[in-house]
Amino acid sequence: MKKKISRRSFVKKGLGAMALASLPLGLVEISWGKNNPQNFTFAYISDSHLTHIKGTEFVRNFDKGLKKAVMECNFMSPRPDFVVYGGDLAQLGKREELEHGLEIMSALRHPVKWVIGEHDFYLDLGKFWEDKISKTTYSFDHKGVHFVVLNSILTYDSWMKKWKTPQERMSNMARLDNPNGSPFMVGERQIKWLKKDLANVSKDTPIVVMSHSPLYKIFKPWNFWTDDAEKVQAVLSPFKKVTVLHGHVHQILYNQIGNITFEAMMSTAWPWPYPVSYTQKPNQVPKLTVFMNRADPFHERDATGWSILNLENGRVTNHYKLWENKDRVLRYDEKLGAPVDTLYQDPAKRIPPQEHY
Amino acid sequence: MKKEVFLGIIVFIAVVLNCNNGRADEFTKKDLKKWHKEFMTVVKEGERLFHSALGKNKVSCDMCHPNAANTHPETYPKFQKQIGKVVALRDMINWCIQNPLEGEPLKLDDPKMIALEAYITYERRGKPLSPGRH
Repeated sequence: MKKKISRRSFVKKGLGAMALASLPLGLVEISWGKNNPQNFTFAYISDSHLTHIKGTEFVRNFDKGLKKAVMECNFMSPRPDFVVYGGDLAQLGKREELEHGLEIMSALRHPVKWVIGEHDFYLDLGKFWEDKISKTTYSFDHKGVHFVVLNSILTYDSWMKKWKTPQERMSNMARLDNPNGSPFMVGERQIKWLKKDLANVSKDTPIVVMSHSPLYKIFKPWNFWTDDAEKVQAVLSPFKKVTVLHGHVHQILYNQIGNITFEAMMSTAWPWPYPVSYTQKPNQVPKLTVFMNRADPFHERDATGWSILNLENGRVTNHYKLWENKDRVLRYDEKLGAPVDTLYQDPAKRIPPQEHY
Repeated sequence: MKKEVFLGIIVFIAVVLNCNNGRADEFTKKDLKKWHKEFMTVVKEGERLFHSALGKNKVSCDMCHPNAANTHPETYPKFQKQIGKVVALRDMINWCIQNPLEGEPLKLDDPKMIALEAYITYERRGKPLSPGRH
């Protein structure tokens, strides 16, 4: 019997087909069967900085960024196995901001893995986060890959004790260029936990570490920095395939240190300049990185976005979904032993907007 | 008569002394120190404004421009393609106050505007002028 196609179902199916057809080919995953580790896809949303104004009012621009990322994640096909939220859901750690963030994130149709950022932490020292959202240090295994989540935004006790109120502590940590700031750290307790967690993982198991701050040192005045990064790197050094994914820097940034690949996630709220464009202090911005385009403030979603990550043979291929620019793709180059941009890595191919000064 | 001559001498001395004080090329290290202090007071005020909510939505300049980076004061005046004409840095400061910060523009001679310019250019000190550069 022939099924009758109603106008409604035709429009519905047609729209579905159109949505599928408009997705980039990079999203099509090839299944390799039973190899270990298996290939899979997940998504990464980070740094939304939802800002409470008063009552039920929030900064419209930043709400829009997170809502757009959530909507696009829901359209992903094939579906991601999970979505990572990379930290800084709130701007000043307020309950209103975190609850507002949870409400927007609740529209996601996929399970979420949470990473805490300093803007979520320094008001109540992570209490709301741990009560209502997630643990801050944990690990899980997924299709042959071992994932580790760290709280990398801790800092020295002496700095913590400096402030009269939690609000004062929070606003001092929230200011990126604060001369009275304090460097991030993972801390001995978590490093000990990490050693224990990895003790029973075989050295050829791919490891993906997710932290809010970069687990290496780029620019201390803006806290693009983790003070005890070398200690964490040392724990990760015996493993063959290690990728660290982090937020915080609001820009395309990647590096390779020994066996560890580092890749930054975009912010959904606003971009940050590269430290090279602040000329008063020296920086250690990785030479490997091909910069994102300089942001055009007249397009408020420019230089913001999110990422689709394909795990391929234990290595990450990172599709930066950039809302006002051409997408960028980072792929691990086995010959070079480092991640490369699939289009712009060759200096001859770079374009004028990628120059930052 | 003697009284008038005496008064005249007093006035003459006062005028001469006053002229001497006004000589532009005679300043001391102390003067330089004082003027720099005056300037840095305005820079400090600019830094404070740059890190506070100047509009209605709690957003501040430093959120996108830590240490005023990516403002490129040395490139102004320049053709701003989105506005379609050559503009000064202060026009862009007002654009940011009106749009991302959702506030009212400052008068161009508002002391707050001068302070913001002082902070932004101070953070870029030492960079050669490059007017018109994009």
